[in-house]
Amino acid sequence: MAAAKTLYDKIWAAHAAPFDAAGESLLYIDFHLLHEISTPQAFAGLRAAGRTVRRPGRALALFDHNIPTERQADGLDAISDPVARIQLEALRNNAAAAGIEAFQIGDPRNGIVHVVGPEQGRTQPGMTIVCGDSHTSTHGAFGALAHGIGTSEVEHVLATQTLRTRKSRNMRVRFEGEAPAGVTAKDFALALIAKIGTGGGTGAVIEYAGEAVRALSMEGRMTLCNMTIEAGARAGLIAPDETTFAYLKDRPAAPKGGDWDAAVAYWRTLCSDDDAVFDQEIVIDVAALKPLLTWGTSPEQVIAIDGQVPDPRDIADPVRRASAERALDYMGLEPGQPIAGTPIQRVFIGSCTNSRIEDLRAAAAVIDGRHVAEGVNAMVVPGSGLVKRQAESEGLDRVFLQAGFEWREPGCSMCLGMNPDRLAPGERSASTSNRNFEGRQGRGGRTHLMSPAMAAAAAVTGHLVDVRAHASAEGAAA
Amino acid sequence: MTPFTRLSGIAAPLPVANVDTDQIVPKQFLKTIERTGLAGALFYDWRFDEAGQPMPGFVLDTPPYDKAVVLVAGDNFGCGSSREHAPWALLDFGIRCVVSTSFADIFYNNCINNGLLPITLGEADVAALLADAAQGLVFTIDLQNRTISCGGVVRTFEIEPAIRDKLLAGLDMIGETLARAEDIAAIEGKLERAMPWQPHIKREVVC
Repeated sequence: MAAAKTLYDKIWAAHAAPFDAAGESLLYIDFHLLHEISTPQAFAGLRAAGRTVRRPGRALALFDHNIPTERQADGLDAISDPVARIQLEALRNNAAAAGIEAFQIGDPRNGIVHVVGPEQGRTQPGMTIVCGDSHTSTHGAFGALAHGIGTSEVEHVLATQTLRTRKSRNMRVRFEGEAPAGVTAKDFALALIAKIGTGGGTGAVIEYAGEAVRALSMEGRMTLCNMTIEAGARAGLIAPDETTFAYLKDRPAAPKGGDWDAAVAYWRTLCSDDDAVFDQEIVIDVAALKPLLTWGTSPEQVIAIDGQVPDPRDIADPVRRASAERALDYMGLEPGQPIAGTPIQRVFIGSCTNSRIEDLRAAAAVIDGRHVAEGVNAMVVPGSGLVKRQAESEGLDRVFLQAGFEWREPGCSMCLGMNPDRLAPGERSASTSNRNFEGRQGRGGRTHLMSPAMAAAAAVTGHLVDVRAHASAEGAAA
Repeated sequence: MTPFTRLSGIAAPLPVANVDTDQIVPKQFLKTIERTGLAGALFYDWRFDEAGQPMPGFVLDTPPYDKAVVLVAGDNFGCGSSREHAPWALLDFGIRCVVSTSFADIFYNNCINNGLLPITLGEADVAALLADAAQGLVFTIDLQNRTISCGGVVRTFEIEPAIRDKLLAGLDMIGETLARAEDIAAIEGKLERAMPWQPHIKREVVC
């Protein structure tokens, strides 16, 4: 009898072949997403060696990291930074020369790689997916084995359609119970990272399971898998189910007709066997969670919104204590101070973590006729042109604009501040993105990571605030 | 890729945990289309002020560490973004080996693919090497024998044989993989028969 397998084992077995006796494998890659930052050196490497792209049809090129979030209809002419423009042109030219499809700047189908792949139905269960971007883990929400790679590996995949790699450990995280109001997939992710640390998943592929995961929409599942890399794991995975199939059906690249039935029949086999063994298992009771946010400069430095900033003196490990002290200094916070009530100057709703239609709906619902607080600059950056269009058809753009938010065009934007959107030194931001590293959103900028509803609540109050109290107080006032 | 066999020189101590790749190379340097020229970008925000003026005190700007060829760092080094600019910048500065208790997965692979040796050791050994580095002792690394020597103490480190061989030989990995074209075609064919609905296969048929 065959040994019981995890979902990861099954996808691995379908795509891998031994490379050598030393334990390395060739892993075939079904789908390769390209963006401007991590690809120019890879194409240059191919050219220098006289090599070609093995399967251009398995790649898709998008423009997201560097592009401004305004005037995209002007295409490349929207780019005022000459260095960024050269890089964007390089991707356009490299893709064209290799016969790789690209959604150009201003094409409504363009957007953040990890929003567009699923939105187009190109991300499908059972696939292997890579991209020169660490948040490729997002696509695991569909039961695809998806992870970030470096530029040398991008070049390797372009030339060979494979990666040379080793199998990771199997880890399972079960989110059980029913999430209370105000607790979202973002809070699930922050709770896990707080529990295991930013290196807690190193060397592992994490399968997310449990009733709270089953209850998540695809958008929520993508948020959860997206943040897997912040726990250090190679990939996140969620077994596909009816929610997955309903999301994919009729998407442009989804299978049609008889192909659809055959695909779904196969996708239904993509789950861990009941008796599969995981190297490590963690259970988190979401019923006990509160809305969370980060207080420091690492995604593991997390507290509940009704909590106090920790005191480094309570941390035994000297290196972690030093890092907490440094983080408090950088963030301009005092040990023991309640995090709620801390004034903010900026709000960023966007990024591959939280820029999908459901995220925008959640943020808009909190605004409910109120206005962005005085002295606060708040921006919403939809994840793709199609998300933007959908939001506009639902009137969400008007909700945001009337409330005083900026309504931008798609891209990575202030998540990493490569384009003109960034924090000024000392500015404090309520952000729905994924990294609160020093300088991530702009040198000296202070980032607090949280869910879209929490960020929207902060925007209209002008300080970090418990979205639950906020919602009920406002409800009572109304 | 330059083979890595033996390395001898100064090691810089960086006793900070969770050093992310945003710190190793900040975003503004990711617009380059080259692999070289990133030495000045290395740890930029820790070395230069907002006006671009050097800020004294960072270890890599303090002799003898401005000539360091090894970096000894805290746990979970290289976490965060997949930017390969991080090892490119370390190499461009002259660092060919990083020692830590653990490395983030993507960063580790990026190092291997650029001939930069990541050495993983236990907490006590890394603490001792941090102290040795702080004294300015010379480190000698012998990859064939998997040893790191300093101050008369020889430590052995573990590394996967396949990775060691790759670094020792400085192989052209892509060329090596392409030589296995039959294996690639076999998996590819098997997958295309198993999942004929995949959009990327259909597209090529249409083309």
